[in-house]
Amino acid sequence: MANALINLPKRAKKGETVEIKVLISHPMESGQRRDAMGKAIPRDIIHTFVCAWNGEEVMRAEFHPAIAANPFLSFFAVAEASGTVTMTWTDDQGATHSQSAEIVVE
Amino acid sequence: MILPRRRFLLLAAGTAGAALVPVSFAPARAEADEVAALIRELAGEGTVKAGKVKLDVPLLVENGNTVATSVVVDAPLTGPGRVASIHIFADRNPLPKVAAFHFGPRSGRPQVATRIRLVTSQTVTAVARLADGSCWKDEVELLVTLAACLE
Repeated sequence: MANALINLPKRAKKGETVEIKVLISHPMESGQRRDAMGKAIPRDIIHTFVCAWNGEEVMRAEFHPAIAANPFLSFFAVAEASGTVTMTWTDDQGATHSQSAEIVVE
Repeated sequence: MILPRRRFLLLAAGTAGAALVPVSFAPARAEADEVAALIRELAGEGTVKAGKVKLDVPLLVENGNTVATSVVVDAPLTGPGRVASIHIFADRNPLPKVAAFHFGPRSGRPQVATRIRLVTSQTVTAVARLADGSCWKDEVELLVTLAACLE
């Protein structure tokens, strides 16, 4: 897991609702497919996504194999204080990817 | 918004098509009963009613590998009737569970959007579970022309 895009406004008013959009590159191998030899391709998906605002959880998502490759997610958070918004993705191989964005709340 | 007439025409076309093709498929698939059981499990003692939830998916899916899906719940994020979680199910996918989203006090709106896989024409269901234990759902029956590949 490597490349992730995070889209959220750089500035927001206190109490404003902001949209956060995230996209990460991941094959999201469903575990339902077979290779050319007829062998099942093992499942490898991102199963958990967490968004935290200054360490406080905003939204948690559980993904199942029916989420498309390169999972995209859009959701909303309340801007209470300036700081760091951290996104964390965890996949079946135990790999995690964390990426943050800064936001100024005035 | 989508016209009811459009929805009717799509469903009518789908039914006509299904009637012409002899039924000869039986790959691993979940069933509507399975989704009903999952919703039952989610609701526990609470009630499951239609309403409050709006599931937005295209009625005619050209590519089942990536289907833009969004869910909005008409309920607050604070108080006893707050939205605790949103769940998405697809009754004829090999695994009916699609995704679940859990909201906290810092969430801004009970609304999510993502992209899902659909293996065939089927009914997609969105369920919102409120903190008071009640569940609300919305269903969309749709047609998939290119299935999410299993091969």
